[in-house]
This record gives sequence, structure tokens and C-alpha cells, in this order.
Amino acid sequence: MKTQFFKTSIFAVMILVASVFETQAQKIKGSDTMLPLSQKEAEAFMKKNPSKTVTVTGGGSGVGISALMEGTTDLAQLSRKIKFDEKKKLQEKGKTVKEVTVAYDALAVIVHPSNKVTNLTREQLEGIFTGKIKNWKEVGGTDMPIVPYSRETSSGTYEFFKESVLNKKNYMPGIMSMPATGAIVQSISQTKGAIGYVGLAYLNKSVKAVHVSYDGGKTFVEPSVANAKNETYPIVRPLYYYYDTKSEAKVKAFIDFVLSAEGQKIVSEIGFIKK
Amino acid sequence: MKKISHHKKIKTNHSPFSILHSQFTEHLAKIVLTFSGGITSLAILLIVIFLFKEGLGLFKSPAVEKGYALCVNSSNSIEHLTSFQIKEIFDGEITEWKVENGELRMENEEDNSQLIELFHFEDIFSLYDEEEFGENYELLPEKLGEMIAQNQGIIAYIPEEYLPTENPNVKILPSENISISDFFGGKEWLPTSIPSAQFGVLPLIAGTLLVSIFAILIALPLGLGVAIYLSELASERIRKIMKPTIELLAGIPSVVYGFFGLVVIVPLIQKIFDIPVGETAFAGSLILAIMALPTIITVAEDSMRNTPRSMREASLALAATKWQTVYKVVIPYAASGISTAVVLGIGRAIGETMAVLMVTGNAAVIPHSLFQPVRTIPATIAAELGEAPAGGAHYQSLFLLGCILFIITMIISVTAEVLSKRRVEN
Repeated sequence: MKTQFFKTSIFAVMILVASVFETQAQKIKGSDTMLPLSQKEAEAFMKKNPSKTVTVTGGGSGVGISALMEGTTDLAQLSRKIKFDEKKKLQEKGKTVKEVTVAYDALAVIVHPSNKVTNLTREQLEGIFTGKIKNWKEVGGTDMPIVPYSRETSSGTYEFFKESVLNKKNYMPGIMSMPATGAIVQSISQTKGAIGYVGLAYLNKSVKAVHVSYDGGKTFVEPSVANAKNETYPIVRPLYYYYDTKSEAKVKAFIDFVLSAEGQKIVSEIGFIKK
Repeated sequence: MKKISHHKKIKTNHSPFSILHSQFTEHLAKIVLTFSGGITSLAILLIVIFLFKEGLGLFKSPAVEKGYALCVNSSNSIEHLTSFQIKEIFDGEITEWKVENGELRMENEEDNSQLIELFHFEDIFSLYDEEEFGENYELLPEKLGEMIAQNQGIIAYIPEEYLPTENPNVKILPSENISISDFFGGKEWLPTSIPSAQFGVLPLIAGTLLVSIFAILIALPLGLGVAIYLSELASERIRKIMKPTIELLAGIPSVVYGFFGLVVIVPLIQKIFDIPVGETAFAGSLILAIMALPTIITVAEDSMRNTPRSMREASLALAATKWQTVYKVVIPYAASGISTAVVLGIGRAIGETMAVLMVTGNAAVIPHSLFQPVRTIPATIAAELGEAPAGGAHYQSLFLLGCILFIITMIISVTAEVLSKRRVEN
């Protein structure tokens, strides 16, 4: 009798859980850069609305948009703007997407803490990442080969850096590419000649951020939240949520929460810049 | 329960009906087994066919991004650009139109050729206001046409649906498909390069082979050594402790090995060999060797222990030393098992994804030494398949990489099969 009751109750709980997931679960997928932000927002949102569930997964901006295309996610988080052909492909599938800017992110160029170079111009960065500049002494450092690190091609950060800093040119063939931002920070902190790029939120003491100039070396600006906000730091990008207009009702509450004062407070806490 | 008792009753009766019944069950079992065997083979066959079908589609994809075309001014005598030339032009490596017979010359002679001017489709939106293109962008082709007609050195990258086909001053370059020689002979892997992605697999194949071969060169002597020790020399007590410990190694998830490699082995290699980067083929080989060891040791040790006692005793009775017995009797007898161990070990090494992804640096260059970063085929598939749009050239190229991996492992297992068969015949 007891086991019978036990079995029934387990069954009931399973059905209950399943039905909760069925109706209330929202899925967010995409950019790894936005992962910590969306997770924190989701936690706070679920605390406020205990009946709702939000699950957040990463994989890269491209992954997010293809998931939206296949309908396996409700919200796609992108650290770059949707591409023209992605938009067209979505339209072919009968989906019109809506774009919401939720925050801004600054990209910091980082080097090993022992590196003496503190200032780099955009042109120098382009040279380094396209393989034209190979030694640190060419940009005022010690005689040491430069080891540039990049993200994998699925990353929105990869695309944004290519567009903003490399002037749409390709990275050098044979650039070191790491599967995650954390891995870039780890590798750069243990490689003397390394250089790479990460979101501002990932900066820590194990690496050194370089001051960047976009005006040919007249002014060098340090990457910081304050400098990104007053628009003196040049490598800044918006962070977006994309969703199918048909599922607007489902995701509206969450997006409103992220844009609210409370949600935007989390944005600053994570290290991004408020909208 | 009811069915079984029924069955029993019939069996004891031995009536003609029961014989018929047991014959029927036997027949049924045969059908079921044949069916399941057939389904399994069919599934494997289908996977292989699917792999090749998707992969070979790559050679039917255009070299310029699907749905896009390249346009030049009609005064330009260029007729044909290779995929690599397109990439070099848009990277700013080739800056002048030096055209001969409609082909681009690659020499660096000084002459007064027309400078190349790059034009990306999105650039049009910064030249004109969004309203000027009309409601559904009907005026977009016209504006693009004007733009191209004005600049003699221009090369424009435009979606096919907005091509200014009516403008006589615009020449559309013919599109061609990705060629087999570009794929197998190319040295650059830039699958998301715009407008012309580069799918050169040479660096990936070289990286995969280098990492796997060195992993096996490290793992094989070590693994066989440990296997010989465990089966011939170790006392029963030591064996009872060591064997489960080694088998436990096989159970550690590969990502843990990868993380261990990135945090411990990579800095160590960098320090010991005093090289600029620690993420090298050598780090990958080392991690793979550690991962392949448990398989090699367990399988080889099992087959060595299966050598009949009589054979060992005969050898010892002929006054052979213990060591002579091991390498003249035990190892030849266990050769088939050892070759299986090697095949399983190599299989693990070649197909391993996560650990390699984390420690080899994933740089797509043809390596000249063990102490350079490399990119392997499995790591490439794992890192890129998620974002490659289904059905696109990038997606198909990753499937083709899978085919290459499949062929490599098939060659290895067939070779091992042939070798062990020859041994049996001898």
C-alpha cells in the first residue's frame, strides 16, 4: 500500500513538474558574453515571479540565432547585430524578429601583466591580429614574439572585433582560437607574449588591459565602465535580445524586467554598461 | 507469468502441437535476431551515406557566399577570380587590378594599374538614407548600380536579389563552385570569411595526424610496459590495486583531462621548453596519451594473461629465462589482442574532441614541429558545427571533415585487421 502511494505521488510530482515546464519555461540561448547577465537576470526574475522558469544557455551568438530559426529557443541573446542574411533566412521561415537593446559592453584588449606595452592604436591592433606585426618590439615592447588569441568563429565577440578593430579583414591564418572567454583569460595570464580580447566583465588581476586609441595615437583611453559610458572608449557594442514577434506575450514580462531599474542595476553589477 | 507456465506444460507433453510451437518460437527468435542485426547494419550504413551526402554537397556550393555575387565596373577587363584571390582582395593584400586575359596577375611588378576599391553591401546604408531605397528596397539595385558605375576600380559584394542587372556599366562576375583542389590542397581554414570562405583542410589533417601519431608513440611503449609488468611481474596484491586504479582513469570525463591539461600541463611545457606558447601539439599528444593508456593497458594485459599456462611452462622447461618467455612466447601469443589495444587506443586519440580543443591552441596552420599550436578535425567540428547554418557551405564542409575522419579510422582498423589475420595464417 505504502509503495503504491509512493509511486503515485512520484508520478503526480512528475506530471506537475512537466506541466510547469510546458507552460512557463522560457529559453534563452546565444552569446557567451551575455551568459552571466542573462543568468543573473533570470535568477532575480524567478525570485520575483516564482511561477515562471527561465533557462539560459550559451554557445555563441550564431548558435542563438540558429536556435531561434529552428524554434528551440524563445529569446536569442546576441552580442552583435543580426546579419542581413540571417534576417532574410528568418523571414523565409515566416518569422519576423524584434530587437531589444538591453545593455552595452566594452571589449578590452588584454596582455600578460608583465608586458610593458600599455598603449596601442587601432592600426597596430589590426596589424597584430592580421599577422603583419609579429614582435612586441615593433610596438614599443621587449623583443618577444606576439601570440594573438581569438575566440572561435561562432562567437559574436569574434565578429564584432573583426568589424570594429580589423576593419572587416580576416584574422591571420593560424591564430590561436579558444572555445571560451574564460579560456582566453587563463591562457593569456600564463603566456608572456600573449594578446587577446574579452568583454569588460571578464577583466581581472591576472591580465592587463591595454589603453586603445582610435585617432591614430593622439589619445589613449583605458577600458572602464566610466569611459565606455561617456563614449570616449571606442570598442563598445550593444547587446541584444531577439525574439519572434509571435511569442511576444511569452517573453514580454522578462524583457520588461531586464529593462526596468531593477534589471538595469544587475547590468551594472555584472560589469556591463546600462542602457 | 502465465505464458511461461503454459509453455512448460506443452514441453512436458511432447504433443505434435508442442513441437510445432517450439519450432515456431525458434523461427520467431531467428526473425527477431536477423531483424535487429539488419536494423543495426542499416543504421550504420545510413549514417555513413548521410555523412557523405551532406559532405559532398560542398562541391556544389558556390565559392562566393550563397545568395551573393561580386560586381565590378564594366570597364574592368577581369573575367574570373579564384576564391583565394577574392579573399586576398577583401583582406587588402591585393590592392591593384593587374589583369591579363581576364585573369588577375599575382606578380608584384610596378605599373600604373587601377587601384582596387572595396565595397561591402552594408556600406550602401551609410551612403544613402534608409528612405531613399523605397518601401521594399525597390530602388536599392538602382542605387547600387549608380555607385558601381561611378567607381572604375570598385569590387562590390551584393545580395543576388538586389543585383543591378539593368545597368550597362555593371559587370557581374560569374560564380563558380568550390573546387575539390581548393578543399584538399588549400592551406587556409577561414570558414566564415566574407565574401569567399576558405576551406583548406591540409592544416587540419596535418594537425590531427601529428597529434594522434605522437600520442600513440608515447602511449604504446608505456602502455605495453605496464601491461607486461602487470601480467608477468607484479604480485597478485599489487595487481589487485593497480588494475582498478588504471581502469578508473578511463572513466574520467575528457573535459576534466582538458582542463587539467590547460591549467597544469600547458604552463609546464612552456616553462620546460622555454617556448612562447604552451598550447602546442605536444600538449595535445601528452593528454591523449594519458587518455589512451588505460584502454591499451587493460586490453593488452588481458590478452597476455590469456596465454595458456602450458606454453609458459614449456618455455621455462626449455631453460628460457622469464624475460625470454615474455618476449618469445607471451607477446607473440597475445599479438592479436595487443593490436586490438593499439587500434582502440588510436581510435580514442584520433576522435577525441574536448581535451584537444582546450590544450592545442586550435590554430589552423600546417605544423612544422611538435611545439606549435595545431587545430584538429574533431576540435574543429565541435567548435564550429553549432553556429554553422544548416545546409550552408560551412555546415557541409564540417560534414566532409567527418568523412575524412571516418576514412582515416577505417584505414587504420582495416590495416590492423589485415595484420592480425596475417599473423594467424603464419
